[in-house]
Parts: sequence; structure tokens; C-alpha cells
Amino acid sequence: MPVVMLRAPLKDLAGGNREVKLDGADVRAVVRALEAEYPKTAGWVLDDRGRVRQHVNVFLNGERVREDAAVGADDTLHILASITGGS
Amino acid sequence: MRELLVGSKKGLFVLRGEGPDGFDVAARAFEGSVVEFATRDPRSGRYFASVTSGFFGPRLMWTDDPTGDWETAKGPAFPEGADTTLDRIWVVTPGEADGVLYAGVAPAALFVSTDAGESWSLNEALWQHRIDGDWQPGFGGLALHSICPWPGDPDKLAIGVSAAGVWITEDRGATWRTGYTGLVPRYMPEESWEDTNVLCVHNMHRAPLAPERLFMQFHGSVYRSDDTGSTWNDIAAGLPSGFGFPMTIDPADPDSAFVIPLASDGDRVTPDGRVRVYGTRDAGASWTPLGDGLPAHDAWLTVLRQALGRDGEGEDLGLWFGATSGEVFGSADAGQTWRTVAPRLAPVTSVRVA
Repeated sequence: MPVVMLRAPLKDLAGGNREVKLDGADVRAVVRALEAEYPKTAGWVLDDRGRVRQHVNVFLNGERVREDAAVGADDTLHILASITGGS
Repeated sequence: MRELLVGSKKGLFVLRGEGPDGFDVAARAFEGSVVEFATRDPRSGRYFASVTSGFFGPRLMWTDDPTGDWETAKGPAFPEGADTTLDRIWVVTPGEADGVLYAGVAPAALFVSTDAGESWSLNEALWQHRIDGDWQPGFGGLALHSICPWPGDPDKLAIGVSAAGVWITEDRGATWRTGYTGLVPRYMPEESWEDTNVLCVHNMHRAPLAPERLFMQFHGSVYRSDDTGSTWNDIAAGLPSGFGFPMTIDPADPDSAFVIPLASDGDRVTPDGRVRVYGTRDAGASWTPLGDGLPAHDAWLTVLRQALGRDGEGEDLGLWFGATSGEVFGSADAGQTWRTVAPRLAPVTSVRVA
């Protein structure tokens, strides 16, 4: 089962878990599983169209991917906010 | 004790105090996010905050204690088939029916809750008008920012959209019609004035004691309608500028409206470096500057659309507004005298009295 690594504030919304195992054939399905397991994360990663938000990054085994990327059982996903400048 | 809900670019500030003097920050919430709007439903006592994270998007939060924990509402959110996503929640307004609230969002859509704000659904009929009419955004986005219920009649509602005009329903949102006769969109070529649907409403309020009357801050003028929003009369004569965003009314006086003019479309600051609220008590025939205690020189402030709130009525009308400079000003005597009630908050997006 793929492993999803979370940082604040998603970690806090997922009960303080930094690492969770969730099933899903692609990134969107894995995030939907996260939302089902931890409802407070709903809408934080995917927008209303089911797309990864513009300023959220999802890395699959170290490579930045979008919502349609296939996920394997031994894969690791990192979900984190983009690095941005400004105030 | 008064409680002011001040939305800002850096979270929600809950101010508590007895009068224009002596307000303290009782709580701060949603640090790191923009709070676009916050209000309290006086029927249930429940508080709502529209919170937008630059990373993780917009969401509506609610609580029964603004100094405690907040819950995430189920929506507003577009169904996946709508092929759009929520950008911002502009306003939350209690309806007339029990448990009903309305939310206006960008891109322009109306959401309805029938369970005191815990879950929300899209008004499909208005959304279809948005699709069929190819509504165009204003500078601040395609925003449904003004919602005017009809006191005592839950079937009737008027809404204002930037830049898609006024929409009116008399069957609880099942069908909608527009009202625009008299509005002059001077930002369009004159040949387009008659036919355009690009009507940039900035703010709109209903007079509760004469609900067929509405006041509107438009993009470049101020208007009054005496026929539920079907036709509009220009009432900006006497103001230093017809441009601005904030507006409110005195609920006890159907001839009253209050605005904070900005210099112009291209120079969105208080005119002449002087901060003044303008009020009318004769339905727009004349306007009185209300500035005793407000900055009178070298003050180039910007006051945003939702950043003027009120409480009370008549001589005891409270007027409270904040600027993007982080100051909040207040009057407890219908604008006759003013005090700075918070001098150094973050840029203010909204002010409402709980």
C-alpha cells in the first residue's frame, strides 16, 4: 500500500500523523482515500474539479506529479505546500 | 459589550469593548490565511469565517465560540461536473427561513444552507444564467458579494454581482430575473450601454422598513431603486466621487445610506487625503460628510468592499470600518463622532459587528 508523507497543516488535519498508508491507483484516488480517512483534509489538496491545487506540490518517489499519475503499492507520496515568496 | 469581527490579510481579529474607545483583541484565528469575511448569525449565535489559504484554497469555517475551535463547513463547493473551482467566499448572509443562510462566492454563484450553515448546495438556476450569459469578471474577479433578503418573505431575494448586475428571485431561487434599467456603465463604450450585461455592482443593501427600496454602490456612481431593483436612479450628486466599495444603511431609516467614496477607479484612495464617511437621510437627495475624529489630512486610505459594518439604529447607529493600512475606526452615534478603535492590525478585508 502506498505511503503518504504529510507536513503541517495537513499533518495536523490528519490527526497528527506524518505518515499514513492509503490505497489508490493514482494520485487523485490516494488523496480521496486521505479525505475519507481524515475528513478535515477534504478540499485542501484537490480543488472542486479534482485537480491538485496550483500551490500544492505532490511528489511521487521524488518526482513532482499531477493528479492522474499512477501510484504503485510500494510508492511514496509527499504532499506539501509550494515554496513561495511575498508577504 | 460590542464584538467586532475584523477579517484581514493575516487572519481574523475578534475585538471586544464597550464603545468606540477601549477595544481589545480578544482572539485571533486563522493565522497565515486571509479571512475575507466574518459574521455572526443573530438567530443562532453562530459565527462564520470565510478563510482562504494561498496554498490550500478557500473554505467556510463556523463556530459557536470565536475564541475556541472552528469547524469546517461541508461546502460551499462546486460539483465536479461544473468544471470550475471555488476561488473565494465573499459573503455569508442569514436568510429569512429558519436555518437558512446564503453564501456568495467567486466565481459568481449562490450557495444555500438549510442546516444553519453546516452544509451548502449550489443554486443551479442562477448558475445556469451565469453559463448562458457568459458573465464577465470585474477587477476583483467574478464575485457574488451582495445578498439582500426581503424581511419576512423567504421567497424574495436580490443579489449583486461584479460584473453581472442585479438578479432578483421571488420564488426562493427557482427562477431569476435581472434589474438594470438606469444603471450607466461608463467604463464601457457608450454604444454598449444599452445592451451590455457587464454591470459592475460594488455593493448593495435593502432598506428593511421599505423592502422595495435598495441602495447600490456601482462602479462609478451610487444608485437607489424604489421598485425592488428593477429600475435605478443615480443619487451620487453631492459625493466627492461616485466610486467606492463599502456601503451600509440604518435599518430604522429607509431613506438612509452610508458610503466611503474613493477618489476614482484609477486612484482607489480616500479623496484629498481625507477620510470621511458620507451619509444620506433623504434617500440620496443630499449627502453629509461624517468625519469628526477621522484622519483629516495626509491620509490616503483604501477601504475594501466588506470593510464597513454596523449595529444599532437611529441616533445610536454604530458604524465601524477598517482600511488596508490596518486601522479600524468606529462611531457609536451614527457617524457624528469617530475614534480609532484598533490602530495597527493587518490589512482589513471586512468588518462586521457580532
